[in-house]
This record gives sequence, structure tokens and C-alpha cells, in this order.
Amino acid sequence: MAVVPKFVGERIKRREDPRLISGTATYVDDVRLPDTLAAVVLRSPYPHARINSIDVAAARSAPGVVAVLTGGDLKDKVGGIPCVAPAEHIPFHPLLAQGKVRFVGESVAIVVASDAYKAQDAADLIDVDYNPLDAVSDPEKALEDGAPVLHEEFGNNLVTRALVPNPAVDEAIAKADKVIKFRIVNQRLAPVPMEPRGVLANWHQASGHLTIWTSTQIPHLLRSGLAAVLGLPENRVRVIAPEVGGGFGAKLNFYREEALVAYLSRMLGRPVKWIERRRENLAATTHGRDQITYLEVPVKKDGTVLGIKAKFICDMGAYLQLLTPAIPGFSGLMMTGCYKIPAMSFEQVMVFTNKMATDAYRGAGRPEAAYIAERTMDMVAGELGLDPVEVRRRNFIPKEAFPYATCAGLVYDSGDYNAALNKALEIVDYPKMRAEQADALKHGRYVGIGIASYVEICGLGPSVMLPPKVPGWESATVRMEPDSRVTVLTGISPHGQGQETTFAQMAADAFGIDIDDVAVVHGDTAIVQYGVGTFGSRGLSVGGAALMMSVGKVQDKLKKIASTMMEAPPDQLTFANRTVALKSDAAKSIPLQAVVDAAYGWKMPIPGMEPGLDATSVFEPAGCTFPFGTHISVVEIDPDTGVVKFLRYIAVDDCGNIISPLLVAGQVHGGIAQGIAQALYEEVVYDENGQLVTATLMDYAAPRAQMLPRYELAHTVTPSPLNPMGVKGVGEAGTIGSTPCVVNAVMDALKPLGIRHIDMPLRPEKLWRAIKDAKKA
Amino acid sequence: MFPGQFEYHRAASIKDALDLLKRYGDDAKLLSGGHSLIPMMKLRLAQPAHLIDVTKIAEMRAISESGGKIVIGAAASHDAVANSSLVRDKLGLLAEAAAAIGDVQVRNRGTIGGSLTHADPAADYPAAVLALEGEIKLERDGGARTIKAADFFLDLMTTAVQPGELLSQIAFAPIPTGTGYSYQKYPHPASGFAMVGVAALVSLDRSGKIASSRVGVTGLGAKAFRASAVEAALAGKAADAATIAAAAARTADGIDALGDIHASSEYRAELARVYARRTIQAAVARAKA
Repeated sequence: MAVVPKFVGERIKRREDPRLISGTATYVDDVRLPDTLAAVVLRSPYPHARINSIDVAAARSAPGVVAVLTGGDLKDKVGGIPCVAPAEHIPFHPLLAQGKVRFVGESVAIVVASDAYKAQDAADLIDVDYNPLDAVSDPEKALEDGAPVLHEEFGNNLVTRALVPNPAVDEAIAKADKVIKFRIVNQRLAPVPMEPRGVLANWHQASGHLTIWTSTQIPHLLRSGLAAVLGLPENRVRVIAPEVGGGFGAKLNFYREEALVAYLSRMLGRPVKWIERRRENLAATTHGRDQITYLEVPVKKDGTVLGIKAKFICDMGAYLQLLTPAIPGFSGLMMTGCYKIPAMSFEQVMVFTNKMATDAYRGAGRPEAAYIAERTMDMVAGELGLDPVEVRRRNFIPKEAFPYATCAGLVYDSGDYNAALNKALEIVDYPKMRAEQADALKHGRYVGIGIASYVEICGLGPSVMLPPKVPGWESATVRMEPDSRVTVLTGISPHGQGQETTFAQMAADAFGIDIDDVAVVHGDTAIVQYGVGTFGSRGLSVGGAALMMSVGKVQDKLKKIASTMMEAPPDQLTFANRTVALKSDAAKSIPLQAVVDAAYGWKMPIPGMEPGLDATSVFEPAGCTFPFGTHISVVEIDPDTGVVKFLRYIAVDDCGNIISPLLVAGQVHGGIAQGIAQALYEEVVYDENGQLVTATLMDYAAPRAQMLPRYELAHTVTPSPLNPMGVKGVGEAGTIGSTPCVVNAVMDALKPLGIRHIDMPLRPEKLWRAIKDAKKA
Repeated sequence: MFPGQFEYHRAASIKDALDLLKRYGDDAKLLSGGHSLIPMMKLRLAQPAHLIDVTKIAEMRAISESGGKIVIGAAASHDAVANSSLVRDKLGLLAEAAAAIGDVQVRNRGTIGGSLTHADPAADYPAAVLALEGEIKLERDGGARTIKAADFFLDLMTTAVQPGELLSQIAFAPIPTGTGYSYQKYPHPASGFAMVGVAALVSLDRSGKIASSRVGVTGLGAKAFRASAVEAALAGKAADAATIAAAAARTADGIDALGDIHASSEYRAELARVYARRTIQAAVARAKA
């Protein structure tokens, strides 16, 4: 009999890729139903304006137009967009503006026509009489007296104020050798998934069923949300996330258009489709980051950090999306990083501004935290004249201390921060690189070495950590079919992560079958049991753990049945080469198919046992996993132009045990690309009047391959004790480690000029100006 | 993105295109690749009722040598220009500029005539066409005229092309052997256009002094231009670093520099000086080689 190989840990090519790279995958826009109508959304060109009137008469009578809705048509007929995170002020979030617009791109009307061209023609005929109001785009200015108020009912622009006090920090500040103070900005970013959002809704009049295809990361949570907003029973709503072309957190949400299109399909009794355009994606899909942080860091002369005190100003935008006010909390809780800092405190002031809402974007609060921690370490090193490696080593949580309870109240599961740092230093050859840097400087070349030792938080759990409607558990069903092939139904909703491959590797090994004998199904609420979704690098650590629970249950049943056929105790049996075999003697086996036949047969071998071979499980994580690593970049700054050139980029990541090395590398590559882009290129810019300047990809600098270095990847492996696979998660690690690593490298290069800090993105002009000013001084 | 309604016409010949232009007048736009026009139509910033596609006219796609000139059809794609052995051998500067445009997809569809007539202030071609002193042929009903590149670009997205005219070809004298050239750009981090692009041609005399130079600059101001102050400062001088630096320092003289969030006018002017210096240095190095 042919030997079935093992798959876990092997470099398996993604099984998703052939359809993705051959253009045969089915995205929302590829789903074609007969008689589908097209919707186009009319959006506000103003950041802040009162709507005096909307004249839709010409649009309604335009050729092909079936319906035109404005805010007035929806008033009291449909709910608003939910925000499930707690906040002092949560405004009503309408599907179409009600009397007032609060950001450029806010939906004002929706036109439904026989095709999108006619819908756009008609939208152009809508006459909205706006009375422009003063707008505010700077969150600090939005807090000042006299600032334009977005939501009059609150009297000011405060969303909420979160305080995590700790008098020990003030004591540390009082007795420290030195207190380092600085202000840093995590600028606003646009997630820019390759596939923008899109929704197709189909209301079945006869059965009262609604089916929605939407580009989402959370089909089940969205089903609950849609049912509530539309007033439908959940068992009559089916959400399908077909192929989803990237989300990066922006599709971990519930959007106006999802409810609007569903509402219209029900109203019209016909399928309605809306596909987001790139301009809409940049204006009206959630943004990320946008935090200003004021830091005070008490230190001892030897580089020991005694505490961190922070004040955050967090720009929430004009409305609150699903988790908007929940994101900054992670920045505060994780800002002590890999370090045994005895005390921390923070205040977060969350603010309304005339901008699109912020929400989760790859890393969601942790990139900001790692940026704070790692800029802090370099600031400490710089101010005390110490090597940044030494400062990190002095403050690292030692590996013996895990599980480690941080001063923020988190429990880090496992870690060995020195091991990752040492490996990265070894790869870059740190002493040699420092010597080369010094030599380069003698020749007028500004070379910098940047280090970031990050830790982040994945697989959020237990559920009590999260808002009730976005819990931390995950589900999986494993079904061994009558032909002994396996179907996995997972509650996560992969959109590029590759679990059709990873989960197949895991299930194949567990049952001793081929990877091609496993099918992984996700993203359809009518097929898959209720689940939570894909975000926060939870797919494998939580979704995979649920999978292994169900795998175990099916294995147990197979073993029980086999034991009666083999006359051996179940615990002495194992699965290999499509057989159930004795652990002690693989030659003593029976075909897996024979056991499956028995399980599906007319007479169960064990009296009372239910026929069939499936199991559903829910994994509730006992705690979060904390992946970590060290990234090192070496850059050179062209002093004539301020352009940053990469000489080296090394990433040592520890995501625990690795199931699928190629997929891990892919995640790290993509993550670093987005992290470098935050450091050097990307920024959503609104001008001081609230107008969106980066309205197209001609202005918003999303990274291209040629703007990025070659990566040198390596790993250390520190398993997590919190799930059966010992995995931690790797979806966001690259983004989190790379941003501070690159900024630290650039600042290291400019250190000889006395330059202390420049805010991101480190556009060449900013560096050129700083160099020019420094040379003048 | 959904443009307004328009009618598409595929011109079979230059005459056909001119007839269509005459018939539809201001309601028509020539389509020659469409990399600028189509996005503007999708945003409904442009809503022509008629598009006249000139890219299928064989004579407008041709790249040939005739009468001692290299003649590039206006509908030749950037890729065709960049990879034409004739252009690479005799007009290397133009090939370099073509290869620096956009990405593969853009170079496969975009055309030299489309780029020149659109006259985007940050387009790559104008710098090279100015430095190479291209002769631009404009066809019209009942005749044609040829104008110099220096007279072609009038202002921001404004050229000497008159209503009813069609740019059919650009002719260039081959670059003499012994003349060095270089095109270098700083790409805009979002659009890939030239934040600043400089095309330089330098000829040395027997003593190694600069006999002549031609420097075209794009991206800096409302239109691409010849940096005559730089050329004058180089003329007759030793081709050394100090001379080049002093000459390049005059690149932005008298120019009202553009600015955006990625580069202010002050920084763009500095980029122009730095890129002029580097481009001239590279051209000199090649002239010496």
C-alpha cells in the first residue's frame, strides 16, 4: 500500500492559489443572478454640511431607474449600524445621511437601476442642497472649546475617555534618574484590499428568505447584525462570503451598504448588487491607526525602564463602526511590549472628527503599541548613550518568567525574547554591521540599523475580554464522509489566510489520509455552523483548536468502532496510510474504509452508538497567545534627497509551532510590506477643512513590490501552551514588527546629525528637511 | 467607475480619423491608449460623446528610419518604443524614458502620442522629447504641419495641437555616436509619474570639454521645459563635477514649481537640481566611455 505522507510542517503550496491566480475564483461581483439591479451610492462631497433638501425627481424618472432612496425614506423604517464596543457617546449611525453629512464620502442617497451606468447617470441628476458647516479634521483641535460639533446631542466631540491609572508610575517618575518625554503619531492608514467591498442581496418573496453575498471577514456576525437591523429572524437570513480579496480588518465590520442593498432587495423583490469603487473604498471603508501619543518614560541611568505613562488622542472619525472605540485599548495594554516594566498608566481620549471612522486594520492597536514600546527603547538608548540592543536585553522579560503577568494585567503565554533577538543579530552580523556603519559615516554616508523586538496579542480570549457580540470562541465541524474523505466546516472566514490548506494538512495527518482527501468549507451561514470569523490572527490558534477538538471526537468514534473489529483497546490504535493500526505494530491494521463502512452501516458495531461520523466543537481559548520576534533593518539615507534605501531586512518571528511554512512566510512578507508602508509611504490625508486629499491611488501611496526590500526570514519556535497545536498566530506579526524597525533604522542613520524623532510616514522630503536644518544648525 | 455614454469609433486611417474629428468636433476625443482619458471618463470629469481610437492605424504604430530621421508613430506603445532595436541603437534616451513609464500594463497600452498630447506635467516622455528636439507632425484636413518640441508644450495639459488636428508621428535626429545621454526620474510614490524627471544629452569636444548639452525637465513645473540656463552654464566648460553641480544648481531657475502632499514646491525644485546633476554626470560618463 502506498505510504501517505505527513503534511503538517511541510512546505505545501496553497490549494487556494490555482483558482486565484488563474482568474477563476468567484468574488461577489462574479456572482450573477438573473434580473439583478445595480445600485450606486451618492456620497457627500462635503466634510460637514446640513442638508437643506434633496431633489430626486429627475433621477427617479431617468431611464432604467427602479428606485431612489434618501435618508428621509428610511427614517424609522430600518435600524442603524451597530457599534458593539462600549463608549460614552454612541451616535445613531444611519444608512443614509439624516439631515446632515459628517464626512466626505458619507452616503446621502442610493439609486437602483437596470445597470450601473444608468444608476450613475441618474445619481448625477440628484440635486442636493447643502449648507456647508465648519469642519474639524485634527482630533486635538476637535477637543477645543468652540470646535465644530459633529453630533449636537453630545454637546462636544468626545466619544469616550478611558483611564487606566496607576500611582506607581508617578512615583517612578518622581524618583527616576531621568524622565524621557516625547510625542509620537501613528498616522491614519487605508487598508486598501485588492478587492473593494461588494454586496449582492436576493430576497425570496415566497419564502421570506434573504440571501446576501458580501465581501466580509465575519459572515455569521454579519448575519446577526443584518437580521437585527432589518427586523428579520436570523434563520431567514443567509450570508455568504464567497472569495474575499483581502480584508486586513476593514471587512471585520458591518457597513451601511450591506443593510441598504438588503433593504432594497426586499423592497423591490429583485436581486440588487452594489460594488464599491476604489474612490469609495478610500473614502468610506474604515481606516486604521490615527493615534497621537504623549509619553513619559522614567528610567535609571543603566537603561532600566521604570514605567510608562501615556496620553492618547484617538481619532474615531465621524461615526462609530463595529469596534471603533475598542481598538485603542490594545495600544495602551500592549505598550510595555516585551519588557518587565513594573508600572504603566494611560489615559485615552477618543474623539469625533469629520473623517471616515477608524477601526481594525492589520494589527489593530498592537502596531501602535509596538511602535510606542520600540521607539521608547531607542529613545532610552539614545538619551543615555547606550546600545539599543543592550537596553532591550536589560528590560526583557526573562524566559523563565513565563507565563508572565504584565503590569497591564495581561498574561503572556510563553516567550524567549533574547533568542529571537540573538538570532536576528547573528544573521545581520551586528558588530560587523556597526563597524560598517561607522566606516560609511566617515565617507559621508548615513547608514542606520534599526531593531524592533515586538510582542503582540493574538487569538483573543476568553470571550469575556471581548464585546458580547464579537466573542472569542470559534467552531468547527469535522465529518468523515462515507467514502472516508473528510469535510471540515469552519466558523472562521479565511480571505487570503490559506486555511483551506492548513486545516487540510492538519486533518489529513490526524486521519492518515491524503491532503486531497480533505475539503475545507467556510463562509456560508447556511452550510457552516455558527462561527465568529477571521481577524486578530485567530484562524489557526482558535479556529484550528476547534478543528482539532472535532477531529479528536471523530477519531475517538473511529477507534471505538475499530477496537471491536480489531479486538484491541481504542487507546492503542492510531491512524496511518488510510488504515487504523496498532500503535505498537503498524502491520496489524484494518482499512480506514472498513471502519467508516461500519460507522455508516445498517447495524452499528456498538449497541446504542449513533451512526455517522461527524462532530461539532467550539473552542473557547483560556487566554490570548503572544507571538513575538525581532526585526532588523539596515537602511541608507541619501542626504541630497532624503530617500531611504534598504540594505538589509531581517525578520525573526516566533509564532509557536509552524503548520505550514510557506503560508507563514507569505503572511510575514505581506505583513512587512504593510508595516514598511506605514513607516515610509502611506498616510490618509484630510486637509484642515476635512477634505480628503488622498482620494485615489494616484495620491495614496500603497506600496508596490519595487518599493520594498528583499526579506531574510528566520524563526524561533516557542510553542503556546494554550492550544493543542502550540501555535500563536502570524497574520499581523510582520506589520507589527516592521514599522518601528524601519523608523528606528532611519533615526539611527540620522543620529549623527542630532535628529531625535520624525513622525511617519518618513517621506523623503521630511528627512531632507531635517538633514538640511541639522546641517545648518 | 462608470463613464457616461459614448460612441466608440475605430479609425482605419489617418484620413478616417480626421474625417471623424471633423464630423464630431468638440464632442469627440482621440483615444490613443486611454491611460489618462479613461480614468477621467470614469470619474466623469471628461464625458466625450465620441471616442476615436487611433491605435489601430498601422502607419501610426510604425517605428522606422527615413531620410536620416527616426520616425515614431504616435500610436506606438511605450513598450514598443522601449524595446525597439532601432530606438535603442540610435535614440537610446527615448528608449530609457519609455522604459521608465508606469508599469508593464501601462507600457503595453499607453502611447507616445497620447502622452505628449495629454501633456501631463509629470509625464516622462516630454523631458526626453524636448532634449532630443523631436519634430512633431500634426495632420489636419487637407494638410499637415510640423512643429518643434520646444514649441509644443504650452502650459499645464495644454499643447499647440489645434481643434481638428491629430498628432501622427514624431521624428528625431539620431543621437550621434560619442554623445552621452541619460534619463532619470524620482517616481511619485503613489502614481509612479515623475515627481521630477531629467533627460540629458551631452557631447564632449576632443579636449574633453562640453561641446553641447541639451537638458529636458519634467515634473517640476506646469509644463516640461528645456533647462537653458543649465545648458548655457555647461557650454564650453570642463566636464567635471564642480562644473556640473554649478550648472545643475540652475535647473529650477525661473520655474514656478508644483507641490503636493508628497513633495512641496521647494523640495521638488531641489530634487530637480539633484536629478539634473546626476543625469548630466551619467551622460558625461557615457560620452567619455
